[in-house]
Amino acid sequence: MNASGDAHLAIRDLVVQRGGVTVLEIDSLDIPRGLVTVMIGPNGSGKSTLLGALQLVLHPTRGSLTLDGEPMDADPVGTRRRMAAAFQEPLLLSMSVRSNVELPLRLRGVERRRRRELAEHWLERFGIASLARRHARQLSGGEAQRVSLARAFASQPEVLLLDEPFSGVDAPTREGLLEDFAEIVSETRPTTVLVTHDRDEALRLGDYAALLIGGELRQTGPPAEVFERPADRDVAEFVGMENVWEGQRSESGVYRAGGVRLASTAKSVALGAPAMICVRPERIVLTREGAGDGNLLRAVVRAVRPRGPVVRSELASGRLMLTADVPVATWDELGLSVGDEVTARISPADVHVIAQSE
Amino acid sequence: MDLIWDGIREAARLWWAGDAEIIEITLRTLAISSAATALALVIGIPVGAVLALRRFWGRGLLVAAVNTGMGMPPVVIGLLVALILWRTGPLGDLNLIYTPTAMVIAQLLLSLPLVVGFSLASIQSVNPRLIGQMWAMGANRWQVLWLLIRETRLGLLAAVMAGFGAAISEVGASMQVGGNLAGETRVLTTATVLETGRGNFEVAIALSLVLVVLAFLVNLVLTTVQQRRPVT
Repeated sequence: MNASGDAHLAIRDLVVQRGGVTVLEIDSLDIPRGLVTVMIGPNGSGKSTLLGALQLVLHPTRGSLTLDGEPMDADPVGTRRRMAAAFQEPLLLSMSVRSNVELPLRLRGVERRRRRELAEHWLERFGIASLARRHARQLSGGEAQRVSLARAFASQPEVLLLDEPFSGVDAPTREGLLEDFAEIVSETRPTTVLVTHDRDEALRLGDYAALLIGGELRQTGPPAEVFERPADRDVAEFVGMENVWEGQRSESGVYRAGGVRLASTAKSVALGAPAMICVRPERIVLTREGAGDGNLLRAVVRAVRPRGPVVRSELASGRLMLTADVPVATWDELGLSVGDEVTARISPADVHVIAQSE
Repeated sequence: MDLIWDGIREAARLWWAGDAEIIEITLRTLAISSAATALALVIGIPVGAVLALRRFWGRGLLVAAVNTGMGMPPVVIGLLVALILWRTGPLGDLNLIYTPTAMVIAQLLLSLPLVVGFSLASIQSVNPRLIGQMWAMGANRWQVLWLLIRETRLGLLAAVMAGFGAAISEVGASMQVGGNLAGETRVLTTATVLETGRGNFEVAIALSLVLVVLAFLVNLVLTTVQQRRPVT
């Protein structure tokens, strides 16, 4: 599975085994140059293992990894010096903030004045210039993560390998950090591999996504496509496609599931062929009126759970169970409670169909 | 009690008078023990790092040997070195027996397991992900070792103190391989034993006090370095 365009990193026939068990197996994956590739998947799916292999800190059982067409392991130190990494833990050394940021440059033999200039520039870019003289042990989690990212950028890497660097910081800090990171990465355009669990992060930062499940590459493509058009049931479950119904095509562009007819603009499957019909919970619009375009399903509210900015409601439309995420303000306007009748509106463009083998 | 006070007075007098023999013995003691400690650090820290970071067949056996070595009686080391360096021993042709070099070798073998053991414990306590980050930053093998030494400097200074303490306080092995020859291999510990045997308790106390003060001063310097605010 490969992205179109110029591959900076290429992974071929990669197998990583631990204790005789295969934990990662990728036939082919290209990491496009100058773009952010988000590596997504559940825990234990092999994302961090893949990152470890790209960093040359773990040795694959077989397969090849190339950077600009050259084997990465031919000169491991030279290859690592073209890359930089940041992790969930900031992993700063016991020295000042400035010395931490200068360290990769020092290891590359960059002269002192140039090191200082670059460190100051990147500390400034990440908004932590005032912390330059502070000891790394005296930083908050958010500050330490900014230092870690400034250190990664300071060595001006061709390839940036990031393993959930935003997940260890609190929500408001994370928001600011994500904003700054997105701006910096769009200016500097290093080839970036970002491992993340977070859908928003993937959609916001990613140009290209690769989804791993059980050590296998299951889907690649633009992040929105992976989240909106999952390739199979496992992917659908992982990307939060809460509504996955078994059904079949009844006529052109129309599917039946649980006794309900659903129009879809998705690529068609054969007439009468079984299919999985998927709808994201935030794509279901609830109205009192029961009018409008698209698929209109009368449903009864069965359960309600507040989930931060949305209210997750479980609905029954005949035999079909639906899950809808409704923004809190809309929910309050509707004034719905359990047992109320409501209309669920689903645009045919939001009905995704996965062909199923019989 | 008078004997002790006489000893302290004698020590003060000898130092005040700048007794040439005492100064010579003190300087020799420092030179031999410092050389042994320095060698133990040069060999022991990389060995400790390898034992801490690598997994290989026989590693457990080596770690057990290091731990045993940390409590090895000095006379056993002395005997071993004496047998090897003896005129008819495997390295007898080098004519090292009863020389300061032989004493450095014996003290090195005593401090080495301590330096390896302390280094191993310090480096093993470093977050493995931090070591991964060192590699990811582009460090080569020696740069990783340098960063590890820097990161574990508190523990490694404890290794220096333990190694130097073992070397300077040792008497049995120094006697066996050095012979306590006046002007050549006599150090503070062997001189103290000699003077005690002769019944010259004032001189023995004086020598012991010099030894204690010397050990204290060296450790004071190391402790000051260890406990000061982290350097940037």
